[in-house]
Amino acid sequence: MRTFNCLGSSAAATVLGAALLGMFGGGEAAAQSKQLTLCWAAWDPANALVELGKDFTKQSGIEMKYEFVPWTSYADRFLNELNSHGKLCDLIIGDSQWIGGAAENKWYVKLNDFFDKEKISMDDFVPATVVGYSQWPKNSPNYWALPAMADAVGWTYRKDWFSRPEIQSAFKAKHGRDLAPPKTYDELKQIAEFFQGREIDGKKVYGAYIFTERGSEGITMGVTNALYNYGFSYDNPKKPYQMQGIVNSSDAAKGLEFYKELYKCCTAPGMTNAYMQEGLDAFKSGQVAMQMNWFAFFPGLYKDPNVGGDKIGFFVNPAGPNAHFTQLGGQGISVVATSDRKNDALAYIKWFAQPAVQQKWWQIGGYSALKAVVDAPDFPKSAAFAPQFLESMGIVKDFWAEPSYAQLLLDMQKRVHDYVVADKGTAQQALDLLVKDWTKVFKEQGKQVASQ
Amino acid sequence: MTTILQPDDATIAGMSEPARSRATRRVRGLSDRAIAWLFVAPTIALLLAINIFPLVWMIRLSFTSLNLSMSYLPLRFVGLDNFRDILTDEDVWFRLQTTAQFVIWSVALQVVIGYGLALLINRQFRGHSFWTTIILLPMMLSPAVVGNFWTLLLQPQIGPFNYVISLFTGVPPSSFSMTGQVALAPWTIVIVDTWMWAPYVMLICLAGLRSIPDYIYEAAEVDRASPWRQFWSITLPMTVPFLMLAVLFRAIENFKMFDMVNLLTSGGPGSTTELVSITLKRAAFEKWRTGYSSALAIILFVTVFGAANIYVKALNKVKQR
Repeated sequence: MRTFNCLGSSAAATVLGAALLGMFGGGEAAAQSKQLTLCWAAWDPANALVELGKDFTKQSGIEMKYEFVPWTSYADRFLNELNSHGKLCDLIIGDSQWIGGAAENKWYVKLNDFFDKEKISMDDFVPATVVGYSQWPKNSPNYWALPAMADAVGWTYRKDWFSRPEIQSAFKAKHGRDLAPPKTYDELKQIAEFFQGREIDGKKVYGAYIFTERGSEGITMGVTNALYNYGFSYDNPKKPYQMQGIVNSSDAAKGLEFYKELYKCCTAPGMTNAYMQEGLDAFKSGQVAMQMNWFAFFPGLYKDPNVGGDKIGFFVNPAGPNAHFTQLGGQGISVVATSDRKNDALAYIKWFAQPAVQQKWWQIGGYSALKAVVDAPDFPKSAAFAPQFLESMGIVKDFWAEPSYAQLLLDMQKRVHDYVVADKGTAQQALDLLVKDWTKVFKEQGKQVASQ
Repeated sequence: MTTILQPDDATIAGMSEPARSRATRRVRGLSDRAIAWLFVAPTIALLLAINIFPLVWMIRLSFTSLNLSMSYLPLRFVGLDNFRDILTDEDVWFRLQTTAQFVIWSVALQVVIGYGLALLINRQFRGHSFWTTIILLPMMLSPAVVGNFWTLLLQPQIGPFNYVISLFTGVPPSSFSMTGQVALAPWTIVIVDTWMWAPYVMLICLAGLRSIPDYIYEAAEVDRASPWRQFWSITLPMTVPFLMLAVLFRAIENFKMFDMVNLLTSGGPGSTTELVSITLKRAAFEKWRTGYSSALAIILFVTVFGAANIYVKALNKVKQR
């Protein structure tokens, strides 16, 4: 009987253990009911949000927990989480392109009723951010997020280098004009060529840093800045999803050729797979004269002891021959539909939307999209990059935000990288193939794609 | 037979034969077969849950239009459409070619270098253990570490690799990028993979070399066979099965290589180093084309499984010789 007794004791111990675990588990769950998990990317503004969130905890008693993932795996990680209806995130600051998929798949809670109840008006936010981060379908009054982090592509330059008399005179002698931040892409290339390979303080420097990353979204977020300004559009505004002759127009091909020329002539060696961090490293180490990057990083760069302060200047994405746009970045904050703490999450959004909180958000390194903050008379003087940010937010254009955006994005990554970095085919061929890829994706999505 | 309880003989004696048999079984506890099943059952259950069920589910999904980023769309049965799309897609064939080239070159180099190292390590010399440990270090690292580590080594401006090449060739170090140039990137992934896995091939070959009895060499020496002759007539033939085994293991591993290459080049420049495993990952977890990627996974599985089976049959024939 001893064996059975032992088994019996073990079973009893297991049951007791399970019961105790259940008790503790239950206790933990109870403790967690006053805790919210916010998911976002791991970058400078996320640190600012942690600081800001302390005020929310003080006011509400709700603890904030953060799940920050590096940009390179941000989309993979959180789209997987949303796809699998996970409960990791109560609040998510999701990328602007996710909004279509998140709305159609019901990953986010629709916020219209909540906004009405709490008197949060989308008219109070910068229009581009409302369309870009909150609405689906675009330009319809259906809101799935509150604009949380306004962002766009901008440029930094070495103000100290630009202002050196010997460099200024050399530039003027060569180009017959003063060396100043470029207003057009032709000027940008001219300046980049001027700096490329030049020795400054005994060190060889390079003209420009641009996005070339292959794996996630890098090269697309870079090349679109040139494409838009040469005349590229995603589709015919009068015939949605009609891309033939629009995406692959001769002007668009010229824009793509320009980006490749800029990459070939004026970037540092080895920048074949470079995105935000590589750009920051290149600029901070004094390697490049001009850097393309997101405004989100500019507060950090301005504070940098080596290249910040008086040494850094900022300019808006230059205009092209046919248009003047810049790539929209940034994100909206949403409540995850599978969260067990939706009310607390909505309370966070209500708190975050307050003008005082938005003002602080801007002051500590976030980018508010609230008009009360960015339209304030003293806003342009509130930071060295504030005027350029304001101007950029008025000329933003975003990538597709369709549910199938990931396929559309990866197709563009492939076609553009093949042409720009791997020297495969011509710009026209790359865009023709892109139209073919995108047409296939939209047809799979059940959209009517007109060929002409 | 494991006996848990001893029956009371008098009680059993008073029963009819079938009843007695049942009672004996019940009282005596579990049979050997039952105990065997008891031990095997958790493994089988795990295998079914983790391997077999997902495999069957994947086969089912491969005939559907499922796209997880558009899960609101109705699920359609598409028959063999996914398979047809894959097998008629030029890009997929390019990726298979890239993968085949990577597998052939990396395995060939690993076999040559691994075998050479095994021949060296098989000799007794001073510091033998130390050098063995040093040689084995790369294969003990995680592929993620290797990928990041080599990314830094190969960085054109600060990475030492370009400086070393520059020392020997006189080419300026920052004038070329091992991971960024179309002509160099495929060789870069081959070099890094060889650096990491040649020691593994060395270990297998070393086991082969040490399994050759000394008396064979002694007999060869009596016959005045030269070291070269001994190598061709004894060492190489007797280690061929081990070499073939190493080729099998490495080829299967490299066919599904993902992590290291993804970290080093992300499949770039362009799609130059995009192995089929990267294509599969992008289709499944970035584009969320679940039906399509299930079909691609099945095609790859059948390819590897079929090739491995043919190879194992060849290996068995070599062993029988």
